[in-house]
Amino acid sequence: MGAKKGGHRDEAEEDLARDPLQAILLADSFAQKFRPITLERPKVLLPIVNVPMIDYTLAWLESAGVEEVFVFCCAHVRQVTDYLETTKWLTQPNFKVSTIESHNCVSAGDALRVIYEKNVIRGDFILISGDTVSNMSLTEVLQEHKERRRKDSNAVMTMVIKKSKPSAITHQSRLGTDELIMAIDPDTKQLLYYEDKVEHLKGITLDKAMLSENASVSLYNDKQDCYIDICSPEVLILFNDNFDYQHIRRHFLKGLLQDDIMGYKIFTYEIRSSYAARIDNYRSYDAISKDIIQRWTYPLVPDVQFFKNSATKLERQGMYRASEVGQSRSAQIGPSTVIGNGTTIGNKTAISNSVVGEGCCIGSNVTIEGCYIWHNVTIEDGCKLKHAIICDGVILKAGAVLEPGVVLSFKVVIGEQFVVPAYSKVSLLRQPINQDSDEELEYADDSSGVAEHSPIANGAIRNDSSEMDACTTSEVGTNGVGFIWSLNEAALEEEWRHSVAPIPADKLAAIMLAANGDPDLLTHDENILPPSGELEPESVTNDSDTDVNDEATYFEKEVEATFLRAVEEDVKNDHIILEVNSLRLSYNMTALDCASALFYSVMKLALDMQHNTASELFTNVAKVLAKWKTLLKSYLLTIDEEIEVIMKFEDICMGSAREYAVLFEQILHLLYDKEIIQEEAILSWASEKEEAEESDKVFVKKCEKFIRWLNEASEEEEEDEDE
Amino acid sequence: MDFQVVVLAGGTSKELVPLVSKDLPKPLLPVANRPVLSYVLDLLEQSNLKDLIVVVEGEDAAILIGNWISGAYADRLNVEVAHVHEDVGSAGALRAVANHLSANDILVISGDLVCDIPPGAVAAAHRRHDAVVTATLCSSPISGPTESSPGGKDKAKKPGRYNIIGLDPSKQFILHIASGIEVEKDIRIQKSILRAVGQMEFRADLMDAHLYAFKRSALQQVLKEKPNFHSLKQDVLPYLVRSQLRSEILLNSRQVEENGGDKEPIGNNTVMLSQLLLNSSTQSFHELYAMSPGGPTSVLKKTHKCCAYIANKSKYCARVNSFQAFCDINRDVIGDASHLSGYSFSAHNNVIHPSAVLGSKTTVGPQCMLGEGSEMGDKCSVKRSVIGRHCRIGSNVKVINSIVMDHVTIGDGCSIQASVICSNVQLQDRVVLKDCQIGAGFVVTASSEHKGESLSKKEKQ
Repeated sequence: MGAKKGGHRDEAEEDLARDPLQAILLADSFAQKFRPITLERPKVLLPIVNVPMIDYTLAWLESAGVEEVFVFCCAHVRQVTDYLETTKWLTQPNFKVSTIESHNCVSAGDALRVIYEKNVIRGDFILISGDTVSNMSLTEVLQEHKERRRKDSNAVMTMVIKKSKPSAITHQSRLGTDELIMAIDPDTKQLLYYEDKVEHLKGITLDKAMLSENASVSLYNDKQDCYIDICSPEVLILFNDNFDYQHIRRHFLKGLLQDDIMGYKIFTYEIRSSYAARIDNYRSYDAISKDIIQRWTYPLVPDVQFFKNSATKLERQGMYRASEVGQSRSAQIGPSTVIGNGTTIGNKTAISNSVVGEGCCIGSNVTIEGCYIWHNVTIEDGCKLKHAIICDGVILKAGAVLEPGVVLSFKVVIGEQFVVPAYSKVSLLRQPINQDSDEELEYADDSSGVAEHSPIANGAIRNDSSEMDACTTSEVGTNGVGFIWSLNEAALEEEWRHSVAPIPADKLAAIMLAANGDPDLLTHDENILPPSGELEPESVTNDSDTDVNDEATYFEKEVEATFLRAVEEDVKNDHIILEVNSLRLSYNMTALDCASALFYSVMKLALDMQHNTASELFTNVAKVLAKWKTLLKSYLLTIDEEIEVIMKFEDICMGSAREYAVLFEQILHLLYDKEIIQEEAILSWASEKEEAEESDKVFVKKCEKFIRWLNEASEEEEEDEDE
Repeated sequence: MDFQVVVLAGGTSKELVPLVSKDLPKPLLPVANRPVLSYVLDLLEQSNLKDLIVVVEGEDAAILIGNWISGAYADRLNVEVAHVHEDVGSAGALRAVANHLSANDILVISGDLVCDIPPGAVAAAHRRHDAVVTATLCSSPISGPTESSPGGKDKAKKPGRYNIIGLDPSKQFILHIASGIEVEKDIRIQKSILRAVGQMEFRADLMDAHLYAFKRSALQQVLKEKPNFHSLKQDVLPYLVRSQLRSEILLNSRQVEENGGDKEPIGNNTVMLSQLLLNSSTQSFHELYAMSPGGPTSVLKKTHKCCAYIANKSKYCARVNSFQAFCDINRDVIGDASHLSGYSFSAHNNVIHPSAVLGSKTTVGPQCMLGEGSEMGDKCSVKRSVIGRHCRIGSNVKVINSIVMDHVTIGDGCSIQASVICSNVQLQDRVVLKDCQIGAGFVVTASSEHKGESLSKKEKQ
């Protein structure tokens, strides 16, 4: 599939050098982490330090020498395309930006499949999302990628990584993403292992094959994925061929690493001095904003006009002030703060470590700490804000208090003196009830369709369908407008992780306590790594156990394959017996195993035949059994084997073919009628099960009647004999 | 230097039967005509480590070895020979002498080691990091003990895998170690250690060289508290590595203080520098981890360090622990690693004792050794082989890739290839041996041919 496509492919490779450098920019994160804001505006247009994210990405791509960018829009298509039309990006020389629209994509995988169909990508391309902030140079990584490609056409992707500063305490990077563990070959930089769900794993297990192929492997816990990928055209083909690939990391990358598809390889490129990060959640929004203010992203900083952002001057202590700011003399504007154009600040107001957008109106005696205030926000006197994100057009009435981690979506009004509890998210829109439960896949906002509705209409629609009648606008104070989105318990627990607010001290302490005082940790680690001396015998027996199980399943499969072949080719019974016997010898199995395996194959055959109802299935079974009775019988020499077959049948009913569960008694009766199984076997099976646990007796109970009948019959017989 | 050395000499190793016997325990097995133990003792002497305890398995073997040491090293080393039961394992052997240990740090070295890694450097690394244990790691030898024939070195072979070792980025600390059967399994890693360090490098091309430095208090405690531990390599070392971030070892006052973060151990500059570059922090991850807030209980986490001393690739390091290794080492000591042998080689790159007698047209090729008082007849050819003392070798004898020990008589027209012939063996005329091991005192009858066999006299009970 990814292999050479004849001459055309070779030509394309030769043309590589002449092809313009292309990039795919996904202007949809296909995630819900920025809800509720993203219900009204696409994520890529959210401002970070007063400039929409997509402008950072485009500015970087332009400076890095990319010539053609395809902006893929899905959610809020109109807003993105309209925005791009107002910017200079569509008219730049040597930098072609075109949009690809789609309305029904739910994942990055879908997006890439759409792009593949458009057939616009001609060579290696850069795959990024529209929320990337970076200043790295692409020259080196592109060159590395191309050289690798020349030597090994299977090197389809180079992903950019960067050393992060994980907090030793929370074991996650300060970008609020999940803990990431990667294994990389130190010499070739090939990626061998990628796991971003470490939290849920008990321990990290590396495949032994990894080290048998490589003399050394480096395992990293301190690198962050920048989500900047240099891809070969094969990547698109792979996405197209594997239509179940949705998420670039979770499906595509892991799929390539684990399934070893066609030997495709992924390599890494580590950047050391330059900056690259992706705004994935509120915490990374906070962290990256600070990085921009502290100029790690130079030249993409507020006082450089890399884009149409207004003229801003850098002052001492990381203060950026636009040219027209109305600031009271008594206002204290603290360190690392950005104040946008046309904003007025009242008396004795203190602002620190915050970003204030354009045209905001901040009253007197307001304290703002670590907040991100977008444009045209009105904050009346005496408000207190800490670590909050406040979208365009929000009004905070006098004396309102925002506790850390609050997010106020567009045009929300908070009533006087109202205290918004920590981590709340307030929006004019009601919380969608039918939350996409498939959190795991992080499918796109379902808002992509309704996005163009006006917020009010939208709210109304949701209002109708919602059962939460109790929710009134008063939930954000008198004269307030907006709904506080409720979070379920689990989400609330996790909220601090991704929130814009710093991790509270008590959480830190709790984490530490958990890590420290966890008595399981010790024993559980011991379990992971049994001390070879103490537990060796045990572990050895365990091993051999699993080996035996493996052997047994292999054997079963082999027998089944043999049987199916016999069915198709109409092989004589004697020959089947011969083959099964030789299998038995080579797998070192007993006659019992043969009997159960053969029985399994027969039942499987019946199940695979066309049937719609249980009774049809039963007639199938009757047919098949009639045909293969002699074969089965030749393996059912003693009662033991017959009992084994009944137990196997139980297994089948509980496991692989539940359809049989309802037919258990009928089929057992059939087996008895056909003289495949004698009553003795059934009775001793039933008596064996008497001692068993309740759960084991399900099937015995099902055929209670039958067994009773058998018992009576045999008694009668005995009586007959006595007479 | 305040180091005490324990040499675990072993006894009659089962792997090496028939080469070893009651009369010739493994430590006295000649490698290039010198007992294998002498390589270790010389190495220690060179590093000025002169206080030794040699632990031998079996009482008889201990007497033999004691006699030999007191003869050979009378004025040079201060050696105490202790004996333990057989099959107590390396940890058991140490346990037996644990009470005799008094120095702060203990160097434990396997008696069958033939290497040129300076133990002093290992000891210094151990001291520098104030580690609980320092293990010496060397590159895995190319020809494995089970897979290759003596001449197999020419073939391109993957290095054997003996250990899987996880190192920190500065390659000074061991974070993970798998040995024995664990090597072939999937690697399971403790998250806590990876988190504390951030980065771990796994190496399959390194091998535990069986040269360790231990902190005495820690070693004694582990041996006492874990009576099940049998082997240093498989039990004690992995245990210490595993528990390094939640140490159960009572450390002496000096370290408790250090773990409190008040004091940086002097001489830890290399760690500091590398950590500065890597983490922009000044402490090794052990201290960082120990200092990170411990919640309301604020119990300091106890940590200990497990260091690695990685020998340079050019260093030679091998253990006489299998028949194959014995052959390989003999070949290397008179070949590639000839500086270990302690002999001076002639212009033909071989060692022929002046008292040896060679018949006419007899050639002794390069990388050969001919011991004192041995005699060879006419038209013999010796290639890449070691011949011991006082051997009588007839005419037309070919010896290739073989080891012939002392007092061996070889008849005319014999051909010996890739074999080991122990002391006092008699080969009658025209014997052909290939890939054979002939135990001490055995007589091979005339004109017999043997291939891949192990011949020995029955042990007298």
